[in-house]
Amino acid sequence: MKVKMLSRNPDNYVRETKLDLQRVPRNYDPTLHPFEVPREYIRALNATKLERVFAKPFLASLDGHRDGVNCLAKHPKSLATVLSGACDGEVRIWNLTKRKCIRTIQAHEGFVRGICTRFCGTSFFTVGDDKTVKQWKMDAPGNGEEEEPLHTILGKTVYTGIDHHWKDPAFATCGQQVDIWDEQRTNPICSMTWGFDSINSVKFNPIETFLLGSCASDRNIVLYDMRQATPLKKVILDMRTNTICWNPMEAFIFTAANEDYNLYTFDMRALDTPLMVHMDHVSAVLDVDYSPTGKEFVSASFDKSIRIFPVDRSRSREVYHTKRMQHVICVKWTSDSKYIMCGSDEMNIRLWKANASEKLGVLTSREKAAKDYNQKLKEKFQYHPHIKRIARHRHLPKSIYSQIQEQRIMKEARRRKEVNRRKHSKPGSVPIVSEKKKHIVAVVK
Amino acid sequence: MKAIRAAEGLLTLSQQDELVDLPNYPLSASEDEGDSDGERKHEKLLEAINSLDGKNRYKLAERSEASLKVSEFNVSSEGSGEKLILADLLEPVKTSSSLATVKKQLNRVKSKKTLELPLNKEEVERIHREVAFNKTSQTLSKWDPIVLKNRQAEQLVFPLEKEQSAFVPIEHVFSGWKARTPLEHEIFNLLHKNKQPVTDPLLTPMEKASLKAMSLEEAKMRRAELQRARALQSYYEARARREKKIKSKKYHKIVKKGKAKKALKEFEQLRNINPTAALEELEKIEKARMMERMSLKHQNSGKWAKSKAIMAKYDLEARQAMQEQLAKNKELTQKLQVVSESEEEGNTEEEETLVPDVVNEVQMDANGPNPWMLRSCNPDAKEEEKPMDSEHLPEPVAHQFSESEEDERPVAEEETLLKEFEERRALRKRSEFSQDAEPMGSRETQDSSSQEVLSEVRALAQRLNKGNLQSRKQRVTSTGTVLQVQREEPAPEEEEPLLLQRPERVQTLEKLEKLGKEECSQKKELPRPILQREWTERNPNNQPDASKGKKKEQMINLQNLLTTKTPSVKSLEVPTIEELEDEEAKVQKQMIKEAFAGDDVIRDFLKEKREAVEANKPKDVDLTLPGWGEWGGLGLKPSAKKRRRFLIKAPEGPPRKDKNLPNVIINEKRNIHAAAHQVRVLPYPFTHHQQFERTIQTPIGSTWNTQRAFQKLTTPKVVTKPGHIIKPIKAEDVGYRSSSRSDISVIQSNQKRLSGHHKKQLKKSSTD
Repeated sequence: MKVKMLSRNPDNYVRETKLDLQRVPRNYDPTLHPFEVPREYIRALNATKLERVFAKPFLASLDGHRDGVNCLAKHPKSLATVLSGACDGEVRIWNLTKRKCIRTIQAHEGFVRGICTRFCGTSFFTVGDDKTVKQWKMDAPGNGEEEEPLHTILGKTVYTGIDHHWKDPAFATCGQQVDIWDEQRTNPICSMTWGFDSINSVKFNPIETFLLGSCASDRNIVLYDMRQATPLKKVILDMRTNTICWNPMEAFIFTAANEDYNLYTFDMRALDTPLMVHMDHVSAVLDVDYSPTGKEFVSASFDKSIRIFPVDRSRSREVYHTKRMQHVICVKWTSDSKYIMCGSDEMNIRLWKANASEKLGVLTSREKAAKDYNQKLKEKFQYHPHIKRIARHRHLPKSIYSQIQEQRIMKEARRRKEVNRRKHSKPGSVPIVSEKKKHIVAVVK
Repeated sequence: MKAIRAAEGLLTLSQQDELVDLPNYPLSASEDEGDSDGERKHEKLLEAINSLDGKNRYKLAERSEASLKVSEFNVSSEGSGEKLILADLLEPVKTSSSLATVKKQLNRVKSKKTLELPLNKEEVERIHREVAFNKTSQTLSKWDPIVLKNRQAEQLVFPLEKEQSAFVPIEHVFSGWKARTPLEHEIFNLLHKNKQPVTDPLLTPMEKASLKAMSLEEAKMRRAELQRARALQSYYEARARREKKIKSKKYHKIVKKGKAKKALKEFEQLRNINPTAALEELEKIEKARMMERMSLKHQNSGKWAKSKAIMAKYDLEARQAMQEQLAKNKELTQKLQVVSESEEEGNTEEEETLVPDVVNEVQMDANGPNPWMLRSCNPDAKEEEKPMDSEHLPEPVAHQFSESEEDERPVAEEETLLKEFEERRALRKRSEFSQDAEPMGSRETQDSSSQEVLSEVRALAQRLNKGNLQSRKQRVTSTGTVLQVQREEPAPEEEEPLLLQRPERVQTLEKLEKLGKEECSQKKELPRPILQREWTERNPNNQPDASKGKKKEQMINLQNLLTTKTPSVKSLEVPTIEELEDEEAKVQKQMIKEAFAGDDVIRDFLKEKREAVEANKPKDVDLTLPGWGEWGGLGLKPSAKKRRRFLIKAPEGPPRKDKNLPNVIINEKRNIHAAAHQVRVLPYPFTHHQQFERTIQTPIGSTWNTQRAFQKLTTPKVVTKPGHIIKPIKAEDVGYRSSSRSDISVIQSNQKRLSGHHKKQLKKSSTD
């Protein structure tokens, strides 16, 4: 008698190595897997909760400065190297992987006002209160050699900021006017001025490299064209802008950190209305830096916190603070877009994760898949009240919390007053001004 | 005109004079000038004194020409109302030719326009700025599509610039490489010996020569030849494939036969031409014969043959097929003596003497060479004959019965009869009813003259069969029932009794008979409307009138859908389904039934619904105050009149949504607990709630999607590689050409130009 056996192709169920997952044949018939929405909702809820559980953004604090950290600079070629300038004129170079200072330079007398690296990463420039621009080598001097700058330019006035061109051997300083220097010369090849107030900071556009933006004490932001050696346009805001930062992926977009607690994202071709007003800080915003992906930026504020904003949102998605962190003066997003560094008044540089709950290190493919799935679930159910509440919840220090409350009350009062005024005056005499337009005083051609 | 104007002028003058008359002596003093120098000096002195005084500081212009208008402070020609035109001056010069050149020059001057005043510096700068701004915005607008694309991208992978894997020729890669290990040395030595070039082109001189050797035409011809061969081959292959695909057995048979014939022909030819080769061929054939004998291929022992043997009883074709196979077997196993005989006729006698007599005799008898063949053939032959018999007399029992009416009935009826008898046999096997069934069978045989009676009996037998099954819960295999169903099919008029059957009733024979008669007369009133409808549907021809009358009643009342029982449906389906189910399932069902014996789900549901309706009804408000206006206390109720008066009837609310849905309870109240998890406002990017719902309802997890779909659905929007520096986007990355000149060089060239311009200007000014 012939015995018939059930036989299966071993390729269908035998795994190649024992590290592989067991292959499970699966029936995707929707009737067999009912309740997809409630199940996914629960999964999303759990993912959101877990995200909050694992949100531990603080990585390290780099201490060593003997005064407040005034400026930071990234190394263009090395992710592990960071430069910082302090208020006592000291410049330090840090190794992030070792979390140690690898070099200390007494660069200036008084503040180090600005620091920037050359695009090739071989040298860096500092400006200080002693009216000098100094160029330094990135490598430490050999044994017995003295720590000396490559070049020193003595100017007539104090320079308050410096930025290097992204491609050419040129850099720009600001102070009384915006100067553009050739690295080889001791005189600026071009200096542009518009108005008479001192200029806080100057930034080169990373994409269209001949463009510059600067912000001055007389509440304005001025754009310059280096090739035509002329300023282009000026926008005057309600209050002083502390610094600006260009979007590294969108050539005409920049964000300005303002004293009125807000940040403004502009399209430089239409300065009369900002694209977005980012508000959440409760004190002056001192610094801003874009993520290299151009999707988000981080801002440092006088209210002792840093916040991360998506470019297209007016509210921040994240706020970082610690008990010991004082007024944050400078902030930088590392060029792999994973970390954030901030230098603050109390002499420390802090390293944060850009994504608070992200797992560091190498992920297995399953971990990656789970992460992506959770991310998508959170996105999908983000509007559901429970999930929204959990995702938004942040602990804030009491000072910030109470200030937020206070400002909410103030804002409401202002709004109410305006509504009342509109109600009791001739129709049309009190126009409704949008939040975006409210803060722009004028655009000067 | 002029006269009038002059007159007007005089008039105005006189008026002014009058006005002026009012004392203003510095002017009057100036009027009578020209008397003497001394007086003038004196006046100047006076003026100076006056100016020292500070009251009258304005300087008075001297009047040096005649004017129509005399202002009190100043004298000018404005009052004339006419501008002095060059033509007026030139008029008197008309005649004199000496002044023609001057005139020409003057004309030229007239044609030239005067230079406008240069704008002030701020204005100029503003214009510069505006122009520069427009220019830059234009250059920036080239980024618009890229920015838009990146914003809308499903996924962005950073860093943007792809590391281009440059394909370098291997020679370049190895240019700096040297052989180190002995093996490498050896290989290189070999290569050098054979003059194998290491660099491009990698051909030895020999190869090059051989390449050159073939002329172009030759190569072309060869190529064409090869092409043809390839094409032919492909045609042949395609044909073979096509032929192989043909499923028709007949075709293949014919092809095989044709091949065999051909082979035989060839063999004949071969015998004539080349006897030795033919002998070899013969051996081959002999071998094939041996193989056939050894195998059971055509012995009618295979699956197919067996099935055919069964079918052979009824089917002529099957019989033929069997015979064919047997013939083939014979043919194959037959020794090819014909060949040997024809080859050498003289030898046969010698051979016969060699072979024992017995064998030969047997061969002669069986018309075949092999005695064993006989034995194997005989049983087949018997089998062949058997079905022929059985067609007429399948069984001894049937024989009697069928003989009586064989002549009148067609073959089909015979078959049905056969089936009947089989059923009866099955019946007889059953222990309990064997006795009952036999008399029935005998009765049937007696009055089997009419067909109707016969069919009735058949139906009875079937019913009996089934009733037996159910009452005893005997296990019948599914195949058995299927067979039964198949048997019922040829006689459709028998299905109606089947539909109507109710297992409990078919217990005794009397009842059975009664039932059968009723059904035969087809006048039985059907108890359940649904059943009736089904029944009428099945055979509409039989009773169209009766069914029409009842159809209206059969409309399903939605309200009573739950309350009406459906036992009729049960009785329909139970016999077939239950039999199909396994014993285990049955037991399971039974257990569940027992466990939930007390549960009446439907009644519970109705009760629940009634409660829900009651709870949602608006309540009347009773405002009677007991004891108000009458006696109150324990056991006393306010009077009915009073109650009626103070009862405020609640207005009737809107009709319930589930009013017409008997098996649904719609709760119209909002559930607070669920609301906490629901989205209240339509979120921003969505314009319609359906959009939003759709996004929520499509699951993205791997539970509901295949692996690939899952991966596609969960692709992150931004992907960054850890440890990679993301540089700002570049014009080259997105396919634009970035300016070749560096910004610094542009500035410097601009400055040179500007400085050159400045120098020129300086020169001009110095010469002027």
